[in-house]
Amino acid sequence: MADPYLRLDQLEVTFTGGRSPVRAVNGVDLTVDSGETVALIGESGSGKSVTLRAILRLNPEKKTRIGGKVTVGGRDVMGLGNKALAQFRGGEVAMIFQEPLLALDPVYTLGDQITEAIRRHEPISKADARKRALSLFERVRIPSPERRLDTYPHEMSGGMRQRAMIALALACNPKVLLADEPTTALDATVQIQILLLLRELQREFGLSIIFVTHDLGAAVEVADRIAVMYAGRIVEEGSARDIIHTPRHPYTIGLLKSRAHGAMTKGRRLDAIAGSPPDLADLPKGCAFAARCTLATDPCRQTQPELIQTETGTRARCLRTDQTLTRPGELVGA
Amino acid sequence: MLRYLVYRVVYAIPILLGVALVCFALVHISPGDPLISVLPADASVELQQRLLVIYGFDRSYPEQFILWLGRALSGDLGTSIASGRPVATEVFRAVGNTLLLAAVATVIGFFLGCLFGFVAGYFSNSWVDKAASTLAVLGVSVPHYWLGMVLVIIFSAQLGWLPATGAGPGGSGQWKWDWVHFQFLILPAVTMSVIPMGIVARTVRALVADILAQDFVTGLRAKGLGDLGVFFHVVKNAAPTALAVMGLQLGYLLGGSILIETVFSWPGTGMLLNTAIFQRDLPLLQGTILVLALFFVFLNLLVDVVQTALDPRIQRS
Repeated sequence: MADPYLRLDQLEVTFTGGRSPVRAVNGVDLTVDSGETVALIGESGSGKSVTLRAILRLNPEKKTRIGGKVTVGGRDVMGLGNKALAQFRGGEVAMIFQEPLLALDPVYTLGDQITEAIRRHEPISKADARKRALSLFERVRIPSPERRLDTYPHEMSGGMRQRAMIALALACNPKVLLADEPTTALDATVQIQILLLLRELQREFGLSIIFVTHDLGAAVEVADRIAVMYAGRIVEEGSARDIIHTPRHPYTIGLLKSRAHGAMTKGRRLDAIAGSPPDLADLPKGCAFAARCTLATDPCRQTQPELIQTETGTRARCLRTDQTLTRPGELVGA
Repeated sequence: MLRYLVYRVVYAIPILLGVALVCFALVHISPGDPLISVLPADASVELQQRLLVIYGFDRSYPEQFILWLGRALSGDLGTSIASGRPVATEVFRAVGNTLLLAAVATVIGFFLGCLFGFVAGYFSNSWVDKAASTLAVLGVSVPHYWLGMVLVIIFSAQLGWLPATGAGPGGSGQWKWDWVHFQFLILPAVTMSVIPMGIVARTVRALVADILAQDFVTGLRAKGLGDLGVFFHVVKNAAPTALAVMGLQLGYLLGGSILIETVFSWPGTGMLLNTAIFQRDLPLLQGTILVLALFFVFLNLLVDVVQTALDPRIQRS
């Protein structure tokens, strides 16, 4: 079997700007094959977006310490020089953001922003770049694309803006698409359209996608595999099916239980995970989830659990997996 | 765009009328007798009456206003009481000198202001930022007539490098583009540039720091743009607001500074106003204020139009 196209080895990201260093990512191992979609899920501050940005080295360099290795297409990303890095960004790995209104330059037309990206990577004429931008707009199904190329971000609806952002990301035929909560800012019907579009484009271009979200429903919709992050670590990882049906980490189980899926009985309380995530500037010695976990014992608080293979398919960073087997259909309504 | 332009120009007309009215009213509600400076102390009542009629001060205020406005529209701003020369001639000669001073001060102030602002914004919270910001705050807060005097003391009195006052050798007031004349311009221009420099620097710094913290800059980097590429985007994003501030500053500079022009005896509008006020020369005062106010209206119009052309988010309706 060939090496995975994208590989994170013990990725660590520490922000050193504040009074005490904040350890946002603490040893993340992740592989993504060509044409595979992996969803990174977790709550705010779990380190998923920071992980994504680290792949493109987008975290502010002066205030960030990065450890571990990022390999994309056989190249060590941390070792890239300025020129190679600029070529790599957008050319090999592209990114789409949560809120396209903020992530697009407000005073340039969409067409100009796309042609700028294309001409940054390839020596082609303005007219040719514009033709390509037009076909990209058609590809992401923006109505009257010719006219839309000359509009500014604020003149479009949220869904159209996200489509334009996807067109921009695909402008230089990247191999990997990093999607940072691309549907969070959109309303529900538009979310589905964008997810379907992403899946379609992924098949057509053979893209690898890392999809960051806190919405399990969206993750299941697009992902082959799901990795659950907590306090800067991947706590459970497996195929989308296994994660949804037979999760073994108490945190994943808690996330699934806290979803209001289907018709909830009136008067029933929503199962929420008690407590709040740990302070990333002062992480506990043992399992970071132990303080909120009903199954936690002394060993949990003393040692950092390793990622272990469970018999139900997922790999979980937990010492108590013997206690976490759920009945089929208990978590996801049959 | 053309429709917007026409709309803005038409919109400026009532403003101009209002400005004219305020100019007129301001001068007339201020206390004092305008003829006191030309009349001998022992002037007879008849002479006083005759002069009142000659200058039109005997008519009612609305009448005076209409007459004055009508003449002003045809370019006749009346006759200076003190000098007996047409106000228009006096004002436009002064305007020329003020424009010259303002233009040089603007170039210095805006260039340094943008430079400091960009450097401080890019390295916000570093020592470079703090140094540039301190300089900017000093620029805004130092009283400029005081700075002018200090500069005169150092460069004219102590070092003897530059002339202290006037707009040319021998107090000629006739400007020529040569080094001898240019020397007279340096100190007042530098003094005058300090305030716009400080204001522009602070504005640009805040803009740049704010823009750099926005998501789209990450987006630009993510698509492969280098520092220079990002810089162009920052400039275009900062331009509309920066230009608005600069336009306002340019307005102040063109208005001339009474204090600076007086300190350096620079024969511009500021000094003209000063003279007109002390001599109670109503026609001259009115005319000068009107011309300066028109400048402001025109500049605001210009800034609005340029801003609209640069920032697509401003509605063109």
